[in-house]
Amino acid sequence: MSDKEIPGDLKFQKTHEWVRVEDDGTVTVGISDHAQGALGDLVYVELPEIGASVQVGSGVAIVESVKAASDIYAPVSGEVIAVNVVLSDKPETINEDAFGDGWIFKLKLSDRSELDNLLTADEYAEVAENDDH
Amino acid sequence: MTDKTELNASHRELGARMVDFGGWDMPIAYGSQIEEHHSVRKDAGMFDVSHMTVVDLTGERTREFLRRLVANNVDKLTKSGKALYTCMLDETGGVIDDLIVYFLREDFFRLVVNAATRAKDLAWIEKQGAAFGITVRERPEFGMVAVQGPNAREKLIGLLPEDVRVKATKLGKFAAIECEGPNGMPLFLARTGYTGEDGFEVVVPNTRVVELWNLLRDAGVAPAGLGARDTLRLEAGMNLYGQDMDETVTPWEASLAWTISLDEGRDFIGRDALEKQKADGVPRVMVGLVMDEKGVLRHGQKVLAANGEGEILSGGFSPTLGKSVAFARLPAGEHGEVRVDIRGREVPVRVVKFPFVRDGQPMPGIVDG
Repeated sequence: MSDKEIPGDLKFQKTHEWVRVEDDGTVTVGISDHAQGALGDLVYVELPEIGASVQVGSGVAIVESVKAASDIYAPVSGEVIAVNVVLSDKPETINEDAFGDGWIFKLKLSDRSELDNLLTADEYAEVAENDDH
Repeated sequence: MTDKTELNASHRELGARMVDFGGWDMPIAYGSQIEEHHSVRKDAGMFDVSHMTVVDLTGERTREFLRRLVANNVDKLTKSGKALYTCMLDETGGVIDDLIVYFLREDFFRLVVNAATRAKDLAWIEKQGAAFGITVRERPEFGMVAVQGPNAREKLIGLLPEDVRVKATKLGKFAAIECEGPNGMPLFLARTGYTGEDGFEVVVPNTRVVELWNLLRDAGVAPAGLGARDTLRLEAGMNLYGQDMDETVTPWEASLAWTISLDEGRDFIGRDALEKQKADGVPRVMVGLVMDEKGVLRHGQKVLAANGEGEILSGGFSPTLGKSVAFARLPAGEHGEVRVDIRGREVPVRVVKFPFVRDGQPMPGIVDG
């Protein structure tokens, strides 16, 4: 299975979450197309509460596929300001469009410098490739 | 060292996601596992099950030996080709494995046992068979393809030589024939399966299994992975060895009472223990669970009932029902309101009879309590 092109404006965590910095300075978080492929058909997404404060590296959401349940870790610290409620009824949206409509939650950053610790799209592509072997 | 079936390269060419399954490198899914599941429920799908172990037993006393070896009674098998599902027990009544026994001739029976239990099964059968002068022969030169679904038989029969088709069409459920397949390949064709759908399990020499697979693909049979096989058999209420039962569990406690034959005077291994447990009262039962809330029941989750705790055995998402179902083992008695601990949250579930799905349709009372 060939992975979709990874959008160059995204940053990544090794655990396969992506981060997009929006124009208003908030960030949107999802999982990579590579990750959704590895998980298989998603059947349930447990979303965080709006207003919850999260620490970088802590579990924020859970995605469950036909195979297993997986934690989604916060790539940066901040406050949850939106969740993708579409996923409650259509978790397969992540399988269909992991980098777009399948976003999971949005955060208001508490420390912008944490963005510097994330991987570039090219660096992540290498992580994903090694993951296949 | 991971074992590979003859179809390994075929799976990889189809883009399958491969996993280790009981020491075998097997496809979990080729694309969407849910679509593969629906293909089998609605049309026809096929599984590479070449990892399963074919064991041939020969010797004059083979039937007598099987009367002793397994908990179901092989005397139910009177016509050549007939098959029997049974458990093989140890002296404590624990399940060593579940298997299918095919009666071919009085001095020749064929067993199909699980892949993950291969070594211990062979050792046990050889040990028990010695006193009966039984020759135990594993048949690694065979591959196996399960072709399953409402249109599976028709699609496979269409590939057979014309003079074989009538015989294959007439083959009854839980029976097998040896026949000529496409392009002269020899087949052992059994009307059995592990999906709750009609179909065949086909034993074929390794040298011809890729050819058969490709012909089936051309006939419109969809490759399906072990992931779909698992959700199909769970919906169909079929046990998985290692998850739903093992040596620490008797068939009484694994909803397999229907496979125990306590016929007069037959001294099968484990019988004394089973009779004692029945007389004393079977302490645990296996039940079906349906969860109406969102989420997925998984193996190992704690189950809370009015009369004590248990755990989820096989559990997962049912594509046919659109919700999660599971088997659980609970203390015998009144269960009252039952909940499952999912990451610290106690989620209510309904105790139901299984199978959950039969002939492609949810059973009454499964979707809405």
